[in-house]
Formats: sequence, C-alpha cells, structure tokens
Amino acid sequence: MKKVQPFVRRLGQVCLVLIGATFLVSVLIRQLPGDVAVMINPAASLNERAALRQELGLDRNYFSAYWLWLSQILQGDFGFFIFGGKVLPVLKTAIPPTLQLIFYTQIVALSIAIPLGITSAYRQGARFDRFTSTMLFSLSSIPNFGIGLILSLLIGVKIGILPPSGYRPISDGFLQHYRLMVLPVMTLAIAPISTYTRLLRAEMIAALREDYVLLAMSKGLSDRRILLRHVLRPSCTTLMTSAALSMGGLIGGALVIEIIFVIPGMGTQLAKAIGTREFIAIQTFVTFIALFYVTFNSVVDILIGVVDPRTRNRRA
Amino acid sequence: MNQLLKLADFSVSFATPRGNLHAVRGVDLVVAKGESIGIVGESGSGKTVLSRATMGLMPSTATCTGLVEFNGVPLSNLSRAEVRNYWGTGMAMIFQDPLTSLNPVRRIGSQLMEGLIVRLGMPKKQAQARAVELLERVRIPDPYAAMKKYPGELSGGMRQRIVIAIAIACTPELLFADEPTTALDVTVQAQVLELLAELRQEINMTMILVTHDLGVVAGQTDRVVVMYAGEIVETAATKDLFANMKMPYTEALMKSIPRLDQSSGQRLRVITGRLPDPTSPEPGCSFAPRCEYATDKCRAEKPPLVTTQTGHQYRCFFPIGGSL
Ligand SMILES: Nc1ncnc2c1ncn2[C@@H]1O[C@H](COP(=O)(O)OP(=O)(O)OP(=O)(O)O)[C@@H](O)[C@H]1O
Ligand code: SF4
Ligand SMILES: [Mg+2]
Repeated sequence: MKKVQPFVRRLGQVCLVLIGATFLVSVLIRQLPGDVAVMINPAASLNERAALRQELGLDRNYFSAYWLWLSQILQGDFGFFIFGGKVLPVLKTAIPPTLQLIFYTQIVALSIAIPLGITSAYRQGARFDRFTSTMLFSLSSIPNFGIGLILSLLIGVKIGILPPSGYRPISDGFLQHYRLMVLPVMTLAIAPISTYTRLLRAEMIAALREDYVLLAMSKGLSDRRILLRHVLRPSCTTLMTSAALSMGGLIGGALVIEIIFVIPGMGTQLAKAIGTREFIAIQTFVTFIALFYVTFNSVVDILIGVVDPRTRNRRA
Repeated sequence: MNQLLKLADFSVSFATPRGNLHAVRGVDLVVAKGESIGIVGESGSGKTVLSRATMGLMPSTATCTGLVEFNGVPLSNLSRAEVRNYWGTGMAMIFQDPLTSLNPVRRIGSQLMEGLIVRLGMPKKQAQARAVELLERVRIPDPYAAMKKYPGELSGGMRQRIVIAIAIACTPELLFADEPTTALDVTVQAQVLELLAELRQEINMTMILVTHDLGVVAGQTDRVVVMYAGEIVETAATKDLFANMKMPYTEALMKSIPRLDQSSGQRLRVITGRLPDPTSPEPGCSFAPRCEYATDKCRAEKPPLVTTQTGHQYRCFFPIGGSL
C-alpha cells in the first residue's frame, strides 16, 4: 500500500504535465501568423476556405479543438499532415535519431564529467583543477549551435576525419552510425559536461569534509577507495537530479543540433512542421518530446531512491 | 612498563587567512601499553587536533612538528601512505557525533566489513561472521538485521556502538575516543562508557579518551592530561589529580562539572573569560587573563612544566596547595 501511493501520485503528475504541455502548444500554434486554409489553397473562395477550416477543426474554440486532438490520439490516431500523409510513419523514423542523440550525449557527458569531477575535487585548487574549470567555463559559454558549426567545419570539412553531417541508422552498420554521431554528440555534451563536473566537484568537496570520510580514512583505506566508495556515492544524488533537470535543455539542444548536422529526427521534423503550420503534427511531436522528458525524470527519481536511502526515508 | 606512544615537543599549526593558528604547542606525552588516558580541556583547547594529528589524520593546511613514536616507530618520519598502514590496525578513532560519522548511503554491514576485507584480507564469508560477532560484542540486539540497515534507521546510541565496533574491528592497540558520548543521552552515555571500559579490558587496548568533562574521566582513566590553549598544563594519575589538583585552570574546570545533587534548573558554572587568540600567543601564562591568582609575574613570564616526585606535572608559578 505504502509503495503504491507514490507511484500513483507520480503517474497523476505525469499526466497533468503532458496535458498541460500539449494544451499550451495547441493554444500557441493558433497564434502563429498565416491562415492554414489560405496556405493550402491560395485560390480558394471565402466559402471554400470556411469549409476547409471547419473540416480541420480550426473554427472550434481552444478547448473543443484540443479535445478533438486528444480523443484521437488516445485512440491511437496520431493525426495527419494537412499537406498529405499520416504523422505516425514520420514519427516512427524521427524518434530513434533524437533519442539516440540524447542518450549518447548523457552517457558521454557522465563518463567524462565523473572522472573530471572526482579528480578536480581530489586535487582541489591544484593545476589540474584550475585548468579543467577554466576550460569548461570557456567552452560552455559558447552556444551549442556555434560549437556545432565550428566542429562540423573544422573536423568534418577542413580536417575531414569525420563526416561533417548526415545520419545512418544502426541497421546500416555500427561504424557508419557512430561515425556520424560523434560530432553532434560532442557538441551537445559540452554544456552538460561542464554542469556535471562543477556540480560533482562541489558536492564531493563538501562530502570530503564529512566526519564519515574521516572515519573511513581512519580505517586505513586508500584515497582511491574512499573517493569512489564513500564520497562519490552520496554525491551522485545531486548529479542524477541535475542530469534529469538538464534533460529539458538537452532535448531543446538536440532539436537545434539535428538541423545543423542534418539528422532527420524530431527537431528537423518539428521545424518543417512549424514552417508549414502543420498544427496537428506539431502537437503530436510536442507530446512525444514532453513524454521523453517526464519519462526520463521519473526514471531518475526512482534510481535516486535506489542509490540514496536518505531520500527513501524522506519520502516515506 | 611498555611504552606504546610517545610524543615529544609535538606542535600543530594551521595556515589560516589570519595567520598561523597554533592549535597544539610543544606537547610531551608518553603512553604505556594498556593505559587509559583522559585528555580534558575546554572547547577549543586543542584536544581533537592533538588526537587527530597524533594519528596523522590532518588536512593539508596543517603543519605538524616534533616527534610521534608508535611502538618505537617514528611515524613523523613516514610518508602518509606508510602511516596509513597503522590506521585501523594500530590506531583507531571514535568520533564525537555518531549521527555524522557513518556513511548515510552505505549499509552498516558493508561499513563494518570494509576494514576486515581491505585491511586484514579476510574473505567475505569470514568478514561477515566476524562483523556479526563484533555487533554482538557491542550489544546490538539483532546483528543480522542491523547489518542490512542504513545508519539513518538506527538511534544515536546504536550508531555510536556501531562506530565503536568499526573502530575495534581490526583490534587496534591504541584507541582514540574523541568525546564518544557528548552527543548522546545521559543514560546512553553511561552504557557506552561502560562498554568501552569492558572492551578495553577484554582486548587489552590502550585508550585515549578525549572529553571536556572531568566527571567522565574520573571513572574511566588511569591518568589525566589537562590541556589549555594547545598546551599540557597539568598531568597526574587520576586519583592524584582529583585529590590534589595544582592548576587553577583544572580547579575551574572541576567546578564546571554538572552534579546530580544540584537542582536541575541550576546553570552550569562556566569559566569566565575566553581562550587566548591561538593566532597570536602572548608572553606569560596563557591562563593569566582568566586566573584569579594571577600576578604580574604570571603575565610577564611563561611558567615551565614542573614535575613532582610522584610524577604529577603542572605549569603554574603559584600552584594550589603550594609547590612541593
Ligand atoms: N582544520 C582546521 N583549520 C584551522 N583551525 C583549526 C582546524 N581544526 C581545529 N582548528 C583550531 O584549533 C583549535 C583547537 O581545536 P580543537 O578542535 O582541537 O579543540 P577541542 O579541544 O577539540 O574542542 P572541542 O571540545 O570543542 O571539541 C581551535 O582554535 C580550532 O579553531
Ligand atoms: S601561572 Fe599564574 S596565571 Fe598562570 S595559572 Fe598559575 S597562578 Fe594562574
Ligand atoms: Mg574536539
């Protein structure tokens, strides 16, 4: 009983967030300039336009229009493109590249930031620490599309060791797939690497001053063991929370980076859909983006509970 | 008697923004095997720094000078990695606050077994059995269940017992107990002290008990060291000290012991005045500004540590009861 309640509450929260986000988008789309009916058929008469708008549900009020879309999507109908075609097949090809991009970025960011953070905390104030923090600070002050363009030009075009842009699914071969992913993932990873490193460093420096670290030391354990077993673990909670929080920025970044590196993911599709006022498709895309976000957050929350018993007690 | 620990002209200072802070100054101390020594003194008198620095558990801002000899080995000449070999197995420490001295995200069992596995090279099974035995020895009611718990699930008294179990896990020869009962309830305090005394007898462990409470010292120690402003100002066998204290400072400390016969509403008598600034030592007796017997001589000249025939040492020109 005790275990079910938080889960149900969580699920309720997730639904609320999804409904809120999609409703907001449905209202915002209507604020975009340009009449969809005119775009579809510029030569249409006033009557024809009115008929078209009715058919698309554009004459309804916000709530009624939203309800129409919601009831359809709940029945598994992901909508259609006004200019022809269903949304679902596009969605199916667009989701994997975006998820891969985000997933790889988190992995790369964490596997670089954790050793950097640990070493910086251990060598606090030493040359390595100062160099790392200056470096990360300067890099993270460049916007990521800037980094993307620079990397693509420099490594992709000038040096030419990696392809500057494009996408291949994993089914085309691992090498093909990963070679194309290196530059966009590097681009996206810089901001989270910097955030995570700084955070982990600060957390670990604080943890190193704790009595339990002194007790661990007085057992005669090696510094390495103390850092990894006694200091890293309690500091991880904050790191994981931060990873979850940075998800929003990462998704946003991925959408932009896809366009620069010509990756046919959600970002590219969303940009295209916004350009042509595909309001049904936009709404469906946004739903999935929001879904990624809340799913990731919930998973991290559960993981934190596993790693850190203090949070379990707090919640109980 | 066999000498276990020897400190000679041992000093510790910290580099601080306000200059060098002299936390421990010129301490000479010899501890025999099996002895139980109490270190008393007000808050800030350098008890914690002295015990941690003796072990070598100091931050990089600290500078230690002088000699620390453990079992005849001069630890002060060894590298940190070499000194570490003595931690846990040669010397161990119990800290003041059991609520903060256990790692909150690791189970009791793994924290207890860690030393056994890493330092003594025990296989896991054997370490487990030994851990249960240790928990029984410190009288944890259900050792198997306790092994699986996190510190947050146990009371302060239980946690301090576990800290003690961790400290004695590798049967150290010398145990530092830095105010092991200050953070506990009065009834639990007595139990923990009793437990320490028992363990000391059982495994013939030498103990250095740090406290600012002379009352605790009375029942637990063979000898008392009184510290003031980083220096030893009086040492004597416990009985001798209580019967015949020489230092005005010790007397003032004595008067600040809470007594059971005092009505509970009565305020604790605290020594008036404050410790001198440890960054700028003044000439003369460091207790002079607060001493009711102070004279001009006390303010101008530093009293030396005098040793009587009975081995009673004190640092005062005008000891209580006169000099012998
Ligand atoms: N890491 C440190 N850096 C700078 N100064 C320190 C450090 N640790 C202790 N000190 C200073 O050393 C002096 C002695 O402190 P210490 O903790 O040894 O006192 P104590 O006798 O143990 O007091 P308490 O009864 O409060 O535990 C104090 O002036 C304290 O401020
Ligand atoms: S030397 Fe003087 S000031 Fe110092 S304790 Fe003795 S009487 Fe007091
Ligand atoms: Mg202390």
